[in-house]
Amino acid sequence: MINNKKLMPDSEVKLSVQRCLKYRKRILEISQQVSALHAAGAFSAIEIVDCIYNSLMRGQPGVNSPDIFLMSKGHGCMSQYVVLEDIGVLTRRDLDLYCKKEGILGCHPDYGNPGIEASTGSLGHGMGLATGIAYTERYLQKSEAVVYVVFSDGELQEGSTWEAMMMAANLKVSNLVGIIDHNGFQSFGRTTETHPAFYPIREKIESFGWEVAEVDGHNQSAIYNAVREKSGEKPFMVIANTIKGKGVSFMENSPIWHYRSPTAEEFQIALAQLQEVQL
Amino acid sequence: MRNAFSDVIYEMAQTDPKICVLVADISPAGSMEKFRERFPERFINTGVAEQSMIGIAAGLALKGMRPFCYTIATFSLYRPFEMIRVDLAYQNLPVTVIGMGAGVIYSTLGGTHHAMEDIAVASAVPNMTVVAPCDPAEMRLMTRWCATQSSGPVYMRLGKVGEPDLTSSSIDPFIAGKIRYLVRGTDLAILTYGNTAAMAMAIATKLGALGISTSVISVHTLKPLDISGIALILKSHMHNVVIEEHVPHGGLSSRVKEIAWDIQLKNQIHVFTLKDEFIHSYGEYSDLLASHGLGAITILETLSSIKFETIL
Repeated sequence: MINNKKLMPDSEVKLSVQRCLKYRKRILEISQQVSALHAAGAFSAIEIVDCIYNSLMRGQPGVNSPDIFLMSKGHGCMSQYVVLEDIGVLTRRDLDLYCKKEGILGCHPDYGNPGIEASTGSLGHGMGLATGIAYTERYLQKSEAVVYVVFSDGELQEGSTWEAMMMAANLKVSNLVGIIDHNGFQSFGRTTETHPAFYPIREKIESFGWEVAEVDGHNQSAIYNAVREKSGEKPFMVIANTIKGKGVSFMENSPIWHYRSPTAEEFQIALAQLQEVQL
Repeated sequence: MRNAFSDVIYEMAQTDPKICVLVADISPAGSMEKFRERFPERFINTGVAEQSMIGIAAGLALKGMRPFCYTIATFSLYRPFEMIRVDLAYQNLPVTVIGMGAGVIYSTLGGTHHAMEDIAVASAVPNMTVVAPCDPAEMRLMTRWCATQSSGPVYMRLGKVGEPDLTSSSIDPFIAGKIRYLVRGTDLAILTYGNTAAMAMAIATKLGALGISTSVISVHTLKPLDISGIALILKSHMHNVVIEEHVPHGGLSSRVKEIAWDIQLKNQIHVFTLKDEFIHSYGEYSDLLASHGLGAITILETLSSIKFETIL
């Protein structure tokens, strides 16, 4: 089902690193237009979203790709918007008008907008939608489509996620690839402290009939290689261990950055830090 | 009704490859056996997991399928409500959600299984069409409409079993979105839908014997409501009655009163609904209706004794 190309070459890793730097800077830039944009949750998912759109999906996403992308973690959509802008599906103007009355893009993905294949933002919906889409593609329309879904770790607390996860395994939708942006934080803090029984994740998902891999979620080749090496029999979940706010020291692992935008001063510091990483 | 539903969905699926059925482990899904055997890939039983049923149906519809989700009304509408609102209505997908055994028809199963406010709940959601056919023939026509319509999600309230034929000799044909005279009179009009249409027909016959010429109207489409059609009925009958197996607010009776206000109606309106109370008693279906003032005898007595001096 997934093509046989194994292991991401170093040259592609380099390009991806450059792209992700560009994406983070673009998000920071947009953050100066609005009071809130979920920057930290977008930063934790950048490498995941980049890897799916720019490396895993075939054809031209949003135009002619047979594959499908869902941002179940709707509040992380800024990471999706900047990639869609980069690949020409959304325009610079679309992103410049983010959350503005003249614009089309808001804080959560809206079905009908270019490149957006389902409305998400309410957590716990992506697994059901993706299961239905994957089932239709695989068993009713007999296509080769792969459905990629980015989940937040928090939405694994929604019962609906587990209902549909169980059903995905029952329906044998082996063309479903989920990637959990496991940044370990939610509104009240570190999940290990707020909800210790949330863990372990891996064993729970495996026991629901899924194949699971666990990788460093800021390592593009690790994400890519895990998906390429899946066995192909079951729905597949990548637990991508990430850092919320990744790339900007004061945003990392700090709950207040779940929602708010940096001030002008913080913006300059953040940009400088990203540049430093690049050097 | 449920057997007729399984027959019509089977017929449609033979010619329309987009038709699929999702159930959530409901036991009357046994009536879907034929469908499941003939179209196994288009039949999904999600188990006791209604949120999953609606979410997966939305995924199917996003890829061009025409899903029908089928379980007991309280579980098809209330349990996965936010999936219905966001996955189906917000995305405006052509998925039909069947609320089986709606109203208080599961009289001995208790309040957990009574859908007394489903019309209000479903009607409150933008993009949602709400329908309640009154007999198997009307349900067949409505189901065929659901399979081809392009207006978005539909909530269909259905009864259970044994509904009599009410529409084969009706005055009007079935047109989705339009009210339908089943019988036409001149003095009094009964507006109703779904389960209670049979009672309305019986009451009309009795009133006829008393010399009161009575219309019965099946308001099978509750949203969008045929406002001009209802306005015409209200203006052309001295007395108008709404009988609905639903709480007093947010259903047909309150909508009819809104229309009456808008047209400055001078004629009378009498409503018979369930009370705004859960039911904690058991017995026959008719016992439960009677306990909430929806018994045929009570309605007939009320209409005969209080309302008709001006007509007779």
